[in-house]
Amino acid sequence: MKDLFGAVEAIVIGILATLFLYWLGNLIVRKLPRKVRLALEPYVFIGPVLLIIGGFLVWPVLQSVRLSFMEEDLAGQTTWVGFKNFKDLFSEDYFWGMIVNNILWIAIVPIVTVVVGLAMAQFANNVGTRREKFFKSIFFMPMTISFVSAAVIWRYLYAYAPDGQEQVGLLNFLWTKLGGAPQAWMQLQQFKINDLLMMVIFVWLNAGFSMVLLSAAIKSVPEDTLEAGRVDGASSAQIFFKIILPQIWPTALAVFITTVIGAMKIFDIVLAMTGGNYGTTVLAQTFFVEYFSYGNTGKAMAAVVLLMAAITPVMIYQIRHYKKMEAAR
Amino acid sequence: MTFIRRFLEKYRVGSTLTLALLAFIWLIPTVGLLITSWREKTTAQTSGWWEAITHFADQEWTTIAYREMINGGDLGTSFISSLAVTIPATVLPLLFAAYAAYGFTFMRFKGREIYFSIIIGLLVVPLQAALVPVLKMFISFTEKTGIPISGQYAAAWIVHATFAMPLAIYILRNYMSTIPVALIEAARVDGASNFTIFWRLVFPMSVPALASFSIFQFLWVWNDYLIAFVFVGNEHPVLTYTLLSMLGQHSEGWQTVAAGSFISLSVPLLVFFSLQRYFVRGLTAGAVK
Repeated sequence: MKDLFGAVEAIVIGILATLFLYWLGNLIVRKLPRKVRLALEPYVFIGPVLLIIGGFLVWPVLQSVRLSFMEEDLAGQTTWVGFKNFKDLFSEDYFWGMIVNNILWIAIVPIVTVVVGLAMAQFANNVGTRREKFFKSIFFMPMTISFVSAAVIWRYLYAYAPDGQEQVGLLNFLWTKLGGAPQAWMQLQQFKINDLLMMVIFVWLNAGFSMVLLSAAIKSVPEDTLEAGRVDGASSAQIFFKIILPQIWPTALAVFITTVIGAMKIFDIVLAMTGGNYGTTVLAQTFFVEYFSYGNTGKAMAAVVLLMAAITPVMIYQIRHYKKMEAAR
Repeated sequence: MTFIRRFLEKYRVGSTLTLALLAFIWLIPTVGLLITSWREKTTAQTSGWWEAITHFADQEWTTIAYREMINGGDLGTSFISSLAVTIPATVLPLLFAAYAAYGFTFMRFKGREIYFSIIIGLLVVPLQAALVPVLKMFISFTEKTGIPISGQYAAAWIVHATFAMPLAIYILRNYMSTIPVALIEAARVDGASNFTIFWRLVFPMSVPALASFSIFQFLWVWNDYLIAFVFVGNEHPVLTYTLLSMLGQHSEGWQTVAAGSFISLSVPLLVFFSLQRYFVRGLTAGAVK
């Protein structure tokens, strides 16, 4: 309870402080001559944010890049070592497996998420408002769940007990009913089955997001284009693929890109399901283990730099896309 | 035959059945865990949760796992810690972001496009990229001043607020640019300062976007593990932290972890079902994160 009072106190103080800050900035600017005022006033509005983002986000990111070329001793002293951290990372046993995992996440998860979301959106669009709302809530519900809770839910579903004992995990129950031997799914590396089963969790969590955006896009498809298709005798499949899909393509692409970013950064599911063991590690997980378990600052930063390098093309795409949208406004 | 076909078409039976199947698959994992949380330790360990449904009457239904978690476990204090992290981390970035969004939408200044492009770019930066230097910064601040930050709630507030800023600015700017510029111009002609226009006009008009962002941010912070682990850790363990360490041991059986999980789920689910509309609107506005 004491902690909650602290939180409330922080909110009150925080809000008053920010109000005072902006009020003060405004007051000072108003006293200045008109020309100076016009030049400075925007910075009263955006200045504090630029300072916060610069200090706690941009500068640290640059520091991370710097640290990836440094070696840190126990006293915290850093020395320049060039590409040594990267070489060390590349020569780790897990390195290529990790890269393959990251690529698999990017190659499989976004497409499946978009397709499943699209199916949900299209079918839900067909069944009338009441049923639509009901089903959408169900598909959407996992979005509010934390990765940790999702891990609890799915570790239970994937739970394993040795042969002869009662299987309490649903997957092993069904699997043994079909005649298979019970499997420790999260340790099963053949065909990357453990990876694929983790991807299922990601899709389960994010399909609702994909559905919401695509559903909004489907609803904004002009009715007369659909009507024209119907008059020409198109089947509902043809209407969907030939008329609806081309019109919602930009939204599908946006969802795809967003999911690609999420899949690149994937970390929580891996941490909670396998801890990166059994050949499931990914870049963000390697960063976590190298820094917090082994204290290898340099190597951890090298992993982060690789992750950022992978994300940079997406980032450039986003900025370009935004500029195009602005130009069209 | 035509009667059947007409019936199928009128009630959309095909689509409804497909949706029902999908919904069944989507619900099964959660329902399984929910049922387990109401079961008794030995039965939960020796039989699958589906047997609790097939033997509904023979089954002993109990809330003992919940009571154990709340009274005996660390979950009660973790619940408070989660609230103490989440509420300020949701409220504090709002005002900063609203001010900046106003600046970006209604004011002209040098470098506006560049600054905003950087903010768009920052939307996709993984937070791991900034974590370690920020942590080092907090530690050296404490060494120099003696004021503890890391391990305190304030550390999580600062980091969450900062990382939320780009998305908040983006959502709010998108929303504010739908406000007619003529309205702002008219107020300017009447001699209103930007400060006044912001407080009297733009801020009240942006309430729907502010609400969307708050819900989004609340859920994000409540569900976060990484920042809580790094910046608050075991000094004030939050729900996700406690839950994950419980998952590592689970010698107590699945029913306790299940109960713990649903206690931590209760808040997001409550937020979601009461404010679903705003949540969806927020998603549609900020489809980048």
